[in-house]
Amino acid sequence: MSYEASFRVWRGDDGAGELKDYKVEVNEGEVVLDIIHRLQATQAPDLAVRWNCKAGKCGSCSAEVNGMPRLMCMTRMSTFEPDETITVTPVRTFPVIRDLVTDVSFNYEKAQQIPSFDPGDVKPGEFRMQQVDVERSQEFRKCIECFLCNNVCHVIRDHEENKPGFAGPRFLMRIAELEMHPADAADRREIAQQDHGLGFCNITKCCTEVCPEHIKITDNALIPMKERVVGRRYDPLVWLGSKLGVVRKGQDTPSA
Amino acid sequence: MTEIERHAYDVVVIGAGGAGLRAAIEARLQGKKTAVISKSLFGKAHTVMAEGGAAAAMGNVNPNDNWQVHFRDTMRGGKFLNNWRMAELHAKEAPDRVWELEHWGALFDRTKDGKISQRNFGGHEYPRLAHVGDRTGLELIRTAQQKIVALQQEDHREHGDYDARLKVWAETTVTRLLKDGDRICGAFAYVRETGRFVVFEAPAVVLATGGIGKAFKVTSNSWEYTGDGHSLAMLAGATLLNMEFVQFHPTGMVWPPSVKGLLVTESVRGDRGVLKNSDGKRFMFEYIPEVFKSQYATSEEEGDRWYDDPDNNKRPPELLPRDEVARAINSEVKAGRGSPHGGVFLTVVDRMPGGAAEIVKRLPSMHHQFKELADVDITKEAMEVGPTCHYVMGGVEVDPDTAAALVPGLFAAGEVAGGMHGSNRLGGNSLTDLLVFGRRAGLGASEYVDALAERPPVSAEVVEAAEREAMAPFERKGGENPYTVHAELQQMMNDLVGIIRKEEELAQAIEGLEKFRERVANVSVEPVAVNDGRGYHPGWHLALDLRNMLLVSEAIAKAALERQESRGGHTRDDYPVMSPEWRKVNLVCRLTGDGSAPRVELRRQPMEPMRDDLIGLFETDELKKYLTDGELPGAGGPVAEEAAGGAETAEEAAGDAGARPDAGEAGDGGQAAAPKGGATAAGAVEAGGEDNEEGDR
Repeated sequence: MSYEASFRVWRGDDGAGELKDYKVEVNEGEVVLDIIHRLQATQAPDLAVRWNCKAGKCGSCSAEVNGMPRLMCMTRMSTFEPDETITVTPVRTFPVIRDLVTDVSFNYEKAQQIPSFDPGDVKPGEFRMQQVDVERSQEFRKCIECFLCNNVCHVIRDHEENKPGFAGPRFLMRIAELEMHPADAADRREIAQQDHGLGFCNITKCCTEVCPEHIKITDNALIPMKERVVGRRYDPLVWLGSKLGVVRKGQDTPSA
Repeated sequence: MTEIERHAYDVVVIGAGGAGLRAAIEARLQGKKTAVISKSLFGKAHTVMAEGGAAAAMGNVNPNDNWQVHFRDTMRGGKFLNNWRMAELHAKEAPDRVWELEHWGALFDRTKDGKISQRNFGGHEYPRLAHVGDRTGLELIRTAQQKIVALQQEDHREHGDYDARLKVWAETTVTRLLKDGDRICGAFAYVRETGRFVVFEAPAVVLATGGIGKAFKVTSNSWEYTGDGHSLAMLAGATLLNMEFVQFHPTGMVWPPSVKGLLVTESVRGDRGVLKNSDGKRFMFEYIPEVFKSQYATSEEEGDRWYDDPDNNKRPPELLPRDEVARAINSEVKAGRGSPHGGVFLTVVDRMPGGAAEIVKRLPSMHHQFKELADVDITKEAMEVGPTCHYVMGGVEVDPDTAAALVPGLFAAGEVAGGMHGSNRLGGNSLTDLLVFGRRAGLGASEYVDALAERPPVSAEVVEAAEREAMAPFERKGGENPYTVHAELQQMMNDLVGIIRKEEELAQAIEGLEKFRERVANVSVEPVAVNDGRGYHPGWHLALDLRNMLLVSEAIAKAALERQESRGGHTRDDYPVMSPEWRKVNLVCRLTGDGSAPRVELRRQPMEPMRDDLIGLFETDELKKYLTDGELPGAGGPVAEEAAGGAETAEEAAGDAGARPDAGEAGDGGQAAAPKGGATAAGAVEAGGEDNEEGDR
């Protein structure tokens, strides 16, 4: 069951570009990425697209399909009507390199600023952790780093000025993952708020909605993280205790 | 020619999967200025696809496990063609490598007493695979990635620059290794984003480029798996070992086209899944070979009883060794009894006592995979499956201890290296292979650099030659489209050098490759419309990859024609029996002839006899299945001669065939890894079902 579909694909580089119309064959069972590849092989050999595993496991082929942030390899053509025009554009929050490929270096820079896992004094092989305790962080480690959450987040989607002080849901979740890691010895609560913009998040849950791994980013990572920050900063007993010198404050781990 | 930027490193690692990242970490820990060259973005390599786990004899679940048991299992799995020293090092060091990952932040699933949990897997005598659900590969690569970031943070504190001593070159592709005389002096690459060329000046290069799956049409491998490292090594004068051994998994998805080849885990069959043809018949009962007749059920009723009562019933034939199942599927399709999309049906519908809910609970990732990618609800509909190219056992010939290839300054680790897995890899052994030999390669490269009196220079000539080669697809006008050539090459490799091989077809393939040689040399691409026309140019990229896939295809086809036996990942229709004589033979590929049109030349190289203490780990009765009588412990004189005569009988030959197909089978006389203490019947199913599972799931 083949048909000819109408595609509008954004073509251009960081300077300028436009939506270009294509008529392209679609066969039963295909996904958007297949159609993009068919365009490459038949009509537009220079069409730039980033992809890798084609099975929803590597998070490379992020784009916006009819305005929705999606993995192209996980967007089935059968979810569209045959007479529908399908518009494919690069993710909006990051600068375009060319066509559907964007410069996602923002994410790698943020990753470098989050202090890494700190095992304390425990030696390799000596960790003892219960399944129930590792499960919280395991959920966040399902992340395939497609960066769709960072792309959709309104804090930076149309606000370039917020980028320096906001790590985005992906890396705020990374902080939460480390904070909830049963064996981690560092304390990133202060920098979560101070350096990485946890306070910007007003829990609209857009990130959770677009996550292809169905991680409950807002409910399980960001909100609990906000609670921990509140505990660290504003708990009156802790505040009073530290003023009186009764409670010794832990070391805040600085950004890396 | 324009001036090309140069960057100097001590160690350059090509490939950013598990092996590459582990090698880079080690080189940096040894104080070497290190670069990692990644064809994709950082953290996207094919390692993320591995599901099952990382095999390491930690003994957390069964304290009887130790490196000797793991070593034995690995050798059996590889049909004794493994480089035994690599198998030994792997078995000994795997636990430390897994604990080290945990120390870097990895969160494995736990046992009740809080240790790293370990699961049963095909060919492993005890529960041995450290795992995180079914996404262990992702955990491994993310942990290594985060360890690299941790080291960069150290360097940032010290030097104010994250990249001071360890830099990741994302989306950068190496097209040539550079040499100064007979030794490595660097690598030539281009950065995908801009197409600009980069020369890496480095006395030591570690290849960690993974496999070759994209030379075949149907594969579980991602686009990066184009045999780059295999080919770069040969082009630099190194050798490849036993390239004929390619692992085909019997059940890959055949539909939809977007995911053709994607793996369907063997647990589906272990969990009561059955194979049917278009007549609705469970055809596997027709395909039980004579040597397995005694071990497999002959009726559906008995097969079905086995899942709950494995002690008193025989296993269903869906759980025959991998190559037998793949062969049966092939035959059904050829006989016109295939599914609409050219596979057969695999179904769990109405097969589980707990109904649909149990299917979802037992096979969550398969349920998800089919639902999301094929719009097939496996609780209601059958899956369509067929064989898929999964892993290459063959690879760069290396020194087991240092991972050094034959060319000074060149090292290789992971799937691109040969020897470790012999003729057949056990599931779970790949992830620890990456860690053990990634580390050793990083160490080997560092020691090599330390011992150098001076740095080898990178001459302008070698750089110019590499640049000319990379630019050639633009220079040619009106040549063929690289996509067409690639698609036809893949089709031919699938048809003629695939899972079941025979002499005529292999000869035909080698002839066909001659024609492809001309076509590949003739593909042309047009520049893209921006800048200098090379930025993010998929057609150009493929044109350059084609050279690698062609060379690798030639190596596989020639070695497959040469080896006249069936063993592990090499099945010859015309030589169905495993031969102890052939076990003594490694087939080594190197390039000869004119540098611009090199050819793969094949050489037989004797296998080094196993060290006495290692051979002493096996019973003589078992060794007889693999070794010639002269090789057996205490062999020699009249006894050996007498036995040699006996080996000619049909019975012995049948014994060989019986030993051939798989690990656990060979190891314990045909019994699948028996359920261990406390295992439920379902656990037994899992262990048995995955007995033939050679992939990472």
